This record gives sequence, structure tokens and C-alpha cells, in this order.
Amino acid sequence: MNFVALQGAVAQGVLWGIMVLGVYITYRLLNISDLTVDGSFALGGCVCATLIINFGMNPILALVIAALAGMAAGAATGILHTVFEIPAILAGILTQISLWSVNLRVMSGKSNMPLLKTETLISAVGSKLGITQAQSAMIVGVIVAILIVVTLYWFFGTELGSALRATGNNEFMIRALGVDTNRMKLIALMLANGLVALSGALVCQNQKYADINMGRGAIVIGLAAIVIGEVLFSKVINFGFKLASVVVGAVVYFLIRAIVLDFGLNTNDMNLFTALFVAAALSIPVFMAKYRAKHDYSETVEEDEV
Amino acid sequence: MLTISHVRKTFNKGTINEKKALQGINLHLKPGDFVTVIGGNGAGKSTMLNMIAGVYPIDSGKIEIDGVNISREPEHKRAQYIGRVFQDPMRGTAAGMQIQENLALALRRGRRRGLSWGVKNDELDFYREALTRLDLGLQTRMTSKVGLLSGGQRQALTLLMATLEKPKLLLLDEHTAALDPKTARKVLELTDEIVNEQKLTTLMVTHNMKDAIQYGNRLIMMHEGRVIYDVEGEEKKKLQVEDLLKKFEEHSGEEFANDRMMLAK
Repeated sequence: MNFVALQGAVAQGVLWGIMVLGVYITYRLLNISDLTVDGSFALGGCVCATLIINFGMNPILALVIAALAGMAAGAATGILHTVFEIPAILAGILTQISLWSVNLRVMSGKSNMPLLKTETLISAVGSKLGITQAQSAMIVGVIVAILIVVTLYWFFGTELGSALRATGNNEFMIRALGVDTNRMKLIALMLANGLVALSGALVCQNQKYADINMGRGAIVIGLAAIVIGEVLFSKVINFGFKLASVVVGAVVYFLIRAIVLDFGLNTNDMNLFTALFVAAALSIPVFMAKYRAKHDYSETVEEDEV
Repeated sequence: MLTISHVRKTFNKGTINEKKALQGINLHLKPGDFVTVIGGNGAGKSTMLNMIAGVYPIDSGKIEIDGVNISREPEHKRAQYIGRVFQDPMRGTAAGMQIQENLALALRRGRRRGLSWGVKNDELDFYREALTRLDLGLQTRMTSKVGLLSGGQRQALTLLMATLEKPKLLLLDEHTAALDPKTARKVLELTDEIVNEQKLTTLMVTHNMKDAIQYGNRLIMMHEGRVIYDVEGEEKKKLQVEDLLKKFEEHSGEEFANDRMMLAK
């Protein structure tokens, strides 16, 4: 395992960390399991690649439009869920599946699109500062991640952001206080998928290609990163740090991934590994609670307190 | 103030589970009326409150507040007129948010929520003062998560939240039923204090006939989706629990066979 590979893993982690922030909004704040993510991540990458290759667009503008496309995908899920009352998981799956076709359309029927000879934001920063691709990706990723964490911290402190958090907390209560909870869910899904697509676009600019499969398993990676971040920083209370810890969780996930791949794990087995990891992380607390309840029970009669 | 005319609601219409919950409710509340609502299980008390709040659409009839027809307004729009406290103490507050955040959400009931700060510093004194009134020591724990509070504390907080920004109408749906007797008493006294002080127009559903007689200036009894007895002023003050039981038999032709109500004598 060399240093360069580790740098690459960290860079990847930071860029994917932006997607994890999106997953955090829906999964943790709104209590919605949004499966749009796998599709909207790829959508971000495909839109970005197409705009740069076919339209010669500025890479930064391409990132913005990719994010907007992601928001539209989130809106599709949101409308299916709130207006037509389709369960959130199913609404997300429907959008995700449809995005497969949309993404192929975006890339004119091709399943991948290389950006080898074109300049991207990351390669431009790299050549300007005279640093490697991985280092440049790290710098760009960290700057974008910080900007987003700060913006989200501000947003969720506002009246609107508070109403959004309250919707995830107690729908009945916030509706009784005059908030249209459907609107809140729609906003959250748009915001989240906008971030997911932005992350997909950044990853595309970093790896220099977009691929129809690049989002496969993204939701599981997102959950893994959230769990890692929460375990590593379980004492953190401040909301801003919680957001940051999720990005760190993504970095740690990609480091672990690089290491196990280095140990000889087949790349194709990675999804299984990640899924097992998330399943274990989600089931251990349940198992521990049950074990403790059993373990703590005692048949000896204690003196009643007077 | 509140005028309900000919309101009907049937659940699961046309199915084997059809339930005629409200069968033509007519009720008019004057400003400042504090009305207690009693009736057996399934009498339509909670349904009536939910219809006023807009939880479900009504089948027919009209609900007006201060002359504004709100019959077809969605729940979140009606919230600008209505403060609510539910039976379940978990329902009225956001457990994962701070006490002051909950209050700030409540202060903005019915208002447009924009991008200004969710809890402004100049509101904190107001919250502290309001919490001090509850006399539960919450004023020193304003940044604590509401999930750490007991059911009684949460219910008192919900009551405060419902009245923080004066509502035109206060709906209390058995809001003390899930509390232990001592806490229930305290929350009820607090309710009486706040309602009288702010002269709130209030509908309070209760299973306790004594409370129904003791509190408020008017009492209505419901049975099978109708108001079967409506009494106010001096006449209400003189009521005894026995009178209510007799009235119930007289109007419904049935014995009052509700354990909870019998026990609450």
C-alpha cells in the first residue's frame, strides 16, 4: 500500500463525502430512506461529462447544472412520495430505475463517456498549482465540502431549516404548527439529490469519465460513511461538526476500501463487503441491547427498596 | 367565533367497516367560551376536533372561524387560527430538538417561514419568562432536548407552545388522559390559568366528568356523532356528575356503560 494510493483514496472519500451529506439529510434528518441516490449520482456524472464534451462547457458551470439535474431527480421522487403518496422507498426506486434510461439518453445511448483529453476543474487546479491529480482532487473536494457544510449548517438553523428538521422529528406537531410537511419533504429530497449529483459530477471530473454504473451502491456507501462518522465522533453534539464527521466517515470508508482491496479482496466483492459492513453496523446496537437485557436479568431476589 | 354547521363525516363509506362518526354537528362558540366536551367512546369527540383542525376532510357542512370558511383549507393553513394539544404527550413536541427550538417553531405558528435565523436571541427572554410560569424548572434547561423531559413536562410545554402565539381557538384533545393523576391535575390547572388569562376560545375533550363540570363556562355532551346536551353559565356550575349520567340516559336511551367515565365520577 503506497502513499499515492492512500492519497487517491482520501480524495475519493472527500468527493463522495458530498454525496454522503445528501444522504444524511434524507436518512438522518428527514427519516426517509431515499433510494434515488444511486440514479442521481450517476445522473450528475453523466450530465457533467456530456456538457463538457458535447457542449464544451466550463467545468464549474457543468457542476452547477449537474446539481440542478439532481434536484430535478429529487423533485421527481418528492412528487411521487408527497402528491401521489407512494411510500418513499418505492418512490426512490422508481426514480432510480427511470434515471437509468435518462442517463443513457443524456449520453446519447453510450454507457460511458471519457473526458481524457479535456480539462476539468480538478485537472486545471492540479496543473496550475503543480500538484498531482489526487492532491488537486483533495483540495477541491475539501473546499467544496467545507462550503457545503457551512451552508447546510446555516440553512438548518433558519426558520425554514428548523421546520425541515422538525418534519423529520415529528410530522404531526409541525403540521399543527402550520408547516406544509409535504413541501418540506420535497425541499429536502431536492436538496439531498442536488448534493448527490454534484458529488457524482465531481467524481466524474476526478476519474475523467462518466459511467452509467457509477452510482451503483451509492446509497450503501452513504449509509456506511454515516455509520463510520457517527461511531468515530459519537460524542459530537454540534450540528456543524456532525455534518463534517459524515464527510470524514466517507474518507475513512474509502481508506478501508483501499486497504482491503490492497489485501487482495476482489473488486467485484466490494459491494458485498460494504453491504455486510452496513448490515453489521445497523444490527450490532440491536443485538447488544437484546444481549444486555438477557445478561442483566437475574433470578436472585433483591431486597426491595424502602 | 367558531361556527360549525351541519358537519357530517362517515369513515370507510360503503364498506363493512362504515362508521358514521359525525351525524350533523351544529355548534356555535362565542369569543372566550371555554367548552368542555364529554361523551362515551366513539361519540365523535376527537373526530370533531380533528375535523376542526383539518386532519381529515369533512363530507358536508361548514366550519367557520370569525366568519372565514375554513372547511376546505388544509391542516397546515388552519394552524394560523388554531392551537392544539394532543392526548399523546409525544405528539406535540419534537423530541430531537431543544426546548427553545420547539418554542421558536411554535411562536411562528401559521407564519411564513423564511431564511432568517430559527431562534433569535431577542426571543430567548420571552421563552425564559414563559417557561418560568410553568414552574417546572425548564427555564434553566432551554437548550436541552425535549426528549429528555417527562410526559407531564412535555404536555405542559405543548400547552405553552399552543398558546405562545395567541390562537383564535384552542383544541385540547384529552390532553391530560395519559398523565398520572397528580401531573394531570397540574396540567389542567395550568390550562385553566392560561385560558382564563388570555380569554381563549377553547374546546376541551375530557373523560373526567368532574373536570368537565369544574372547568369552563359551558359543557356539551356528545353521543353517536351528535351533540345531545349543551349547557352553560349558572346552570352548568350547579351540575353534578349524577345529573350528567341521568342526562345521558335520557338522551341516548342507554345506560352509561363506560368504565372510564364511571370511574371518573
